[in-house]
Amino acid sequence: MSNRHAMILGATSEMATALAYEMAKRQIDLTLVARDVPSLERVRADLSLRYNVTVSLETLDIMDAGQRHQFLARKGLSPDIVACFVGTLGDEMKARGDERALTDILHANFEGPAIVLSALANAMVANGGGVIVGVSSVAGERGRQSNYVYGAAKAGFTAFLSGLRNRLVGEKVHVVTILPGFVDTKMTRHLALPKVLTATPQEVALSIMAAINKRRNIVYVKPVWRVIMFCVKATPEFIFKKLKM
Amino acid sequence: MTARPATEREIPPLADLGPIVARGNGRAYGDSAIGARLTVEMARFNCLLAFDEMSGLLVCEAGVLLKDIIETFLPQGWFPYVTPGTKFVTIGGMLAADVHGKNHHIDGSFGKWVEWIDLITPEGAVSRCSAQHDRDLFEATIGGMGLTGIILRAAFRLRRVETAFIRQTTIAAPNLDAAMALFDAHEDSTYSVAWIDCLSKGNSLGRSIVMLGEHASSKDLPKRSASKFLHWEKARSVSIPFPLPLSPLNKVSISLFNALYYRRMKNKSAESIVDWNSFFYPLDAIARWNNIYGRNGFVQHQSVIPLERARDGLRQMLQYLNRHSNGSFLAVLKKFGDQGGRWSFPMPGYTLALDFPVGRQTEQIMQRLNEIVAEHGGRLYLAKDACLDRATALKLDKRLGDLKDFRLDRGFSHRYASRQAERLGL
Repeated sequence: MSNRHAMILGATSEMATALAYEMAKRQIDLTLVARDVPSLERVRADLSLRYNVTVSLETLDIMDAGQRHQFLARKGLSPDIVACFVGTLGDEMKARGDERALTDILHANFEGPAIVLSALANAMVANGGGVIVGVSSVAGERGRQSNYVYGAAKAGFTAFLSGLRNRLVGEKVHVVTILPGFVDTKMTRHLALPKVLTATPQEVALSIMAAINKRRNIVYVKPVWRVIMFCVKATPEFIFKKLKM
Repeated sequence: MTARPATEREIPPLADLGPIVARGNGRAYGDSAIGARLTVEMARFNCLLAFDEMSGLLVCEAGVLLKDIIETFLPQGWFPYVTPGTKFVTIGGMLAADVHGKNHHIDGSFGKWVEWIDLITPEGAVSRCSAQHDRDLFEATIGGMGLTGIILRAAFRLRRVETAFIRQTTIAAPNLDAAMALFDAHEDSTYSVAWIDCLSKGNSLGRSIVMLGEHASSKDLPKRSASKFLHWEKARSVSIPFPLPLSPLNKVSISLFNALYYRRMKNKSAESIVDWNSFFYPLDAIARWNNIYGRNGFVQHQSVIPLERARDGLRQMLQYLNRHSNGSFLAVLKKFGDQGGRWSFPMPGYTLALDFPVGRQTEQIMQRLNEIVAEHGGRLYLAKDACLDRATALKLDKRLGDLKDFRLDRGFSHRYASRQAERLGL
């Protein structure tokens, strides 16, 4: 029997790399897709030497329509699992007044991933099944003044994933929405994050593997976030709008 | 202060903050991997990069653990040529200390198997040195205690093995002379090392259990299907989660343990087949074993005394320990072969490794031991040192002056320094 094959989008993120290791350990072959492919060469070598799996690298800037076309037009694009980590906090302050900064955030966190995952989902349907993992954010559950552009993009992505899940339920394609909460990565290293709310990239990877195996739908990596977000969503708007968050 | 860079580009600016030193897995016994100003943790440089199945040449990043290398390549029939007593060390650390193992008299120290090293130079560039290119830097880096730049990558050879097992022979030696005679008689043995009882007296002074080992061939392993030669049971491990409030190690308990252990080993069958974990890394089975020494911790003392003076020097050290210390729980004796690298610790002679829980007398004991080592023309292993002072260090090892000059000459001194380098004026 040949190995299962997974495609990881946004593979330079630390969560993505951690997932690549968990998958390679389980003898899943990998296609790592990222903007900056040269920096993944060492990871490719390491994965294939340690776990004897096939790892290939693909360059894709998800914001670039031309590159997206080329990438999706390729034949034989039919992984068993797709995991999408693409996203950026962007420059939220600048986005308040700058059109380009605002659309960049929407583009990187919502539009780009949605376009690529749509095409891959169709390929999976044609292929008879698969699993799509989208990494979204708790920031998408309710807009807050500190990062509502990012939040809006992630809200869009979360809604996209839930609609996709709904559409593909009869097609043997399962869609997982991952809500990591705080993660200890270079994106957040300068922030002082409370430990109990913060997951390590490896914890995220392990909960993704569990979600794939158990066909979970919406996963909070740290369960405490489910409680927190329930409270955030339950707060009446006339109070919420006055909160500084 | 520590930094945990993820890419090599992040490292040169760190040296602008003051002298830095790289840290592997933090298993040195003293301050050799604590930066004078900043410590650069290399844990994220942990990728295997290439392996040539013809020559056994492995290229990897400095932060790769020896454990990972063994677990990856032993199932394919490869093992490191040189391994220290723990597998929880990084390749960068093994290079910097030019570590030795139980086969030093045959296979030399780790540096002997290294083809090239990639270093970050004081100018912030990456430079590859080898026996052909910048030999000076290459030789200085092997055993240079990380003071010649940040080691990024290295290429070194692994050895072919047929099985994951060792054919072990243990022989009891009733005293030091007998132990030394056994080392002489078994010079052809690939691995040889002795556990030594530091508290035995009189005619039994230095009684030892000498352990010899050979990589087992498939014929040595009975009742095993051919596919199992390179497979082993996962090592069981226990942990001492916190420092014990009262260390159980004192003169009475150590004497008792030593007597029981010696008797048990003496009566045990001499030959056995053991897996690689139990032969090379018995102590790795107890995670955080250092906690057994209590909150004050412990210090190590590892010296080597040249062959012709070894008997006398070892006797004096043992007699002193007998009278003035509570003994050493883990004492190891080994006969070395030739010196490898320019700054390498081993030289032809006998090495004695001791550890002591830190207490009131520790400093005095170390001082006296150092005097004996100096009187007999020996020297100390910097990877284990935490206590030496400048004058003693120089007296014990004249080469340290050369290391200092080399560093000044190359402009390393103000970029790279450990606390140890500052303490010893390197």
